[in-house]
Amino acid sequence: MTEKFEPLIIGFTCNWCSYRAADLAGISREKYPPNVRLMRLMCSGRLDPMFVLKALAGGADGVLITGCHPGECHYLEQNYKALRRYKLLQKMLAQFGIEPERVKLVWASAAEGVRLAREITKMVEEIRALGPLDWSDSVLSNGNGSSPALVSESKVSAQEVNA
Amino acid sequence: MKKVSIDPITRLEGHGKIDIFLNDEGDVANAYFIIPELRGFEQFCVDRPAEEMPRITNRICGVCPEAHHMAATKALDALFHVEPSSAVKKVREMFYSAFYVTDHTTHFYALGGPDFVMGPDAPPAERNILGIVHKVGVETGKQVINCRIRNHDIIKMLGGRGVHPVAGLPGGWSQAVTKEMQAHIEEAAKENVEFALFSLQLFEDIVLGNKDYVDLILSDAFTERTYYMGTVDPNNHVNFYDGKIRVVDPEGNEFVKYEAKDYREHIAEHVESWTYLKFPYLKGVGWKGLVDGKDSGLYCATPLSRLNAADGMATPKAQEAFDKLYDTLGSKKVNGRYQPVHHRLATHWARLVELLYAAERMLELATDPEITDPNVRPVVKTRPDEGVGSVEAPRGTLTHHYWTDEKGILTKVNLVVGTTNNYAPLALSVKNTAKSLIKKGTVITEGLLNRVEMAFRSYDPCMSCATHSLPGQMPLEVTIRDPEGNVVERLSQYT
Amino acid sequence: MSKNGKPKFGMYWASSCGGCEISVLNIGEKILDVDAVFDVVFWPVAADFKYEDVRNYPDGYIDLCLFNGAIRNSENEEMARLVRKKSKVLVAFGSCAYEGCIPALSNFTTKEATYRAVYLDNPSTDNPDGVLPQEITQVPEGELEIPTFYNTVKALDQVVPVDYYIPGCPPEPPQIWAVLEAVVAALTQGADLPPAGSIIGATQVAVCEECPLEKHEKTIDRFYRPYEKQPEPGLCLLEQGIICMGPATVGGCGALCPQVGMGCRGCYGPLPGVEDQGARMLTALASVIDVGKIGDDEAKLDRELDEIMDTIVDPAGTFYRFSMSHSILHRARVSGNGQKKGEA
Repeated sequence: MTEKFEPLIIGFTCNWCSYRAADLAGISREKYPPNVRLMRLMCSGRLDPMFVLKALAGGADGVLITGCHPGECHYLEQNYKALRRYKLLQKMLAQFGIEPERVKLVWASAAEGVRLAREITKMVEEIRALGPLDWSDSVLSNGNGSSPALVSESKVSAQEVNA
Repeated sequence: MKKVSIDPITRLEGHGKIDIFLNDEGDVANAYFIIPELRGFEQFCVDRPAEEMPRITNRICGVCPEAHHMAATKALDALFHVEPSSAVKKVREMFYSAFYVTDHTTHFYALGGPDFVMGPDAPPAERNILGIVHKVGVETGKQVINCRIRNHDIIKMLGGRGVHPVAGLPGGWSQAVTKEMQAHIEEAAKENVEFALFSLQLFEDIVLGNKDYVDLILSDAFTERTYYMGTVDPNNHVNFYDGKIRVVDPEGNEFVKYEAKDYREHIAEHVESWTYLKFPYLKGVGWKGLVDGKDSGLYCATPLSRLNAADGMATPKAQEAFDKLYDTLGSKKVNGRYQPVHHRLATHWARLVELLYAAERMLELATDPEITDPNVRPVVKTRPDEGVGSVEAPRGTLTHHYWTDEKGILTKVNLVVGTTNNYAPLALSVKNTAKSLIKKGTVITEGLLNRVEMAFRSYDPCMSCATHSLPGQMPLEVTIRDPEGNVVERLSQYT
Repeated sequence: MSKNGKPKFGMYWASSCGGCEISVLNIGEKILDVDAVFDVVFWPVAADFKYEDVRNYPDGYIDLCLFNGAIRNSENEEMARLVRKKSKVLVAFGSCAYEGCIPALSNFTTKEATYRAVYLDNPSTDNPDGVLPQEITQVPEGELEIPTFYNTVKALDQVVPVDYYIPGCPPEPPQIWAVLEAVVAALTQGADLPPAGSIIGATQVAVCEECPLEKHEKTIDRFYRPYEKQPEPGLCLLEQGIICMGPATVGGCGALCPQVGMGCRGCYGPLPGVEDQGARMLTALASVIDVGKIGDDEAKLDRELDEIMDTIVDPAGTFYRFSMSHSILHRARVSGNGQKKGEA
């Protein structure tokens, strides 16, 4: 029996809206898969892109960032910063060969527990379809020339040199 | 067969080793000049914005970053279809001339020069820049240091940094020349001319005045007859910044003259599995292996090649020095131009002639009224697609070729670098010199091995580094074994 | 110390360009002072010591070894291990040894793709048999050997322990001299050296502190490629929408590039305590983009931001121009045929 790949997703949720939404999902018994490990930040604006990179390099298959809707940030404008960072990060991660589906930003107000649960469920399935990221084993171990076989065999043509 | 390895080769830029194979008779069966390094600029520059190339390709070489910077900048001109203004071209060429002065100075005094000024068999303790200083005086040594610094300061002033300049832009240059800069550069250029004349005089006194050195220069051990490449202006005079690429055959007849963008019609590169560097050759003649002569596609691109490929120099004092070089080395004029000089060690002399030209040209440009034009950074709005930029790097013709998408992001890059042009003739020179000097019964001395290394040094393979930290001896070990593998002779010398 | 009491000096280059050597030279007449103090025992560019000599030195023989260049192939790694053993103090000199520098841009691609671009699909190369460099080649006379080319470029401290780092591409001469002076004082007068693992030859603050251009509040609504705009002289480039890595780069160079109208590209590496320079720059740049007001409809916000992001054409290659080997991800994920997943 083959084991189904269970994605590991790190979720950064802001304290004021989205963390409460996750809570509400629980209280409402709206099921969502356990693949997301939630981490609470005071604000989505606290998200340093480095957290995302560390998560991915450290074994996560995806990262979820949640925050208050634009205009509803507890600290007024910091979720705009989160949005700008997220956009630039998406663009940059594509250059590293990381699919955009693996890092997602979702706005969720405290009342949107059901919606958040459904977004999480959707993300888990998307990443399951993409497969594991496995950064340290499958990307970094490719360090010293162990890349796929080179295109052609080379012939020793050194005889020509002695002409 | 016995293998003698010189690993690494020293007093040049970059990595290399020489593997010499001796047959049972004790003669050299073959000598391989191996380049063990590759970084892969052609691939990792893909997906980068084209306008970053002057700042990225700088790092191909930290001794001649100005050359890559300039070739890249010119490639951008072509890529974006912008013609730089006359003032922009002059600022760039003036900057480039300052670079030539410092680079050729460094090579002559610290790298190739010691073999000459002190002599190839001079004790290693003296066969370096310090030895030169002792021979000619501390004041001269300081002149050399100051020449370098004076010109690197100008490179920094105009290009942003002393190593890895940043100012190149499509159609422009980010730093304009102010009146204060202009005055300073003019002074520096005058000092450069004096210094160049002094250096030529030094060569005359110490090298040409010594019969043994002259014999060495003219000897067969250091002579090969190949094709010669250089960039020339509309008058067929040497120009480092711009012009057409001209190739002459070993007898001095013009073989081909072409625009840089057509380089692929005329040269191609050959690959061997025992080295990372490729061997360019003339397509019109073909790759015949490491042999010289009119039927082999090998060509050189060195200061001597540039002089051989040109009809003369564009400035008066340099022209005098040019004539003197050819006359002294016995070159006859055929159809109004000197026959090529094939003696590889004469490259050191040719380098000094170019030093003088660079100094004179720098002075011409520094006193040009257009040089202080403040408008040297145009806004560029054209759509990029493909472009080739070419300059003469001190070590040879340098070509950058870029392809981009419509946003100017690189999709493909090709580079034919200065020293690469010379790889085949250089490998040939090392092989020939080794074969000529090491035979059955030859005692392999330190000086002898140094002469094998001298075969590559005249090409000034990319890096020259003046240093005063040269210790006494040249540590070397050579092990010669008989066919059974028993050690016959071991020569070694350590500090 | 050597017999005459002079400390021993070595300078080695791995996968480098030689610019660090030239920058040492550019300390001018001070090189004579260096010569007076040290005995050079290994410096391939300038002196004729061979690898075999270094192998024969006792361990710790070299008092100070400046190692520049990245670890690109097996010879670079072998030499890094060798000089670590033979040196008392090993310094990662310059950006390549410190964090990968330009050669580490190769970490966005693969060995296979590189070989293809250089030897096979190359527009000026005539190679009908598809010859590629081989570690061992049999020739009629015997065997020739060349080092293994690695798929991923590493920094020096990713193969051996490093005592100090001198950042810069190359380190600027006044900083080089300051460091050499400090080392000489330590060796000859017993003065204290900084704690092991320190970054020396740099300040503790960003390039912006050294930069003479005037700075005001940054509110940028689009970015310009360097050829798309004539920047106003005397004014911060980043404020004018021209990307400059100054805010994420440690100072010490004197902010040379902005002073000739070109943005900093970060060659001195990150500020102290920052693990990933590229991520830092990403944050800094995102913070100064001023688009989106409270009350904007989410779709409109999205669109406007996408438009601005379009004007940043190569974030990874710009933010990590010099620091790929030290970046958290270290390299890009590239599949066998050279395709990157996730690229638009």
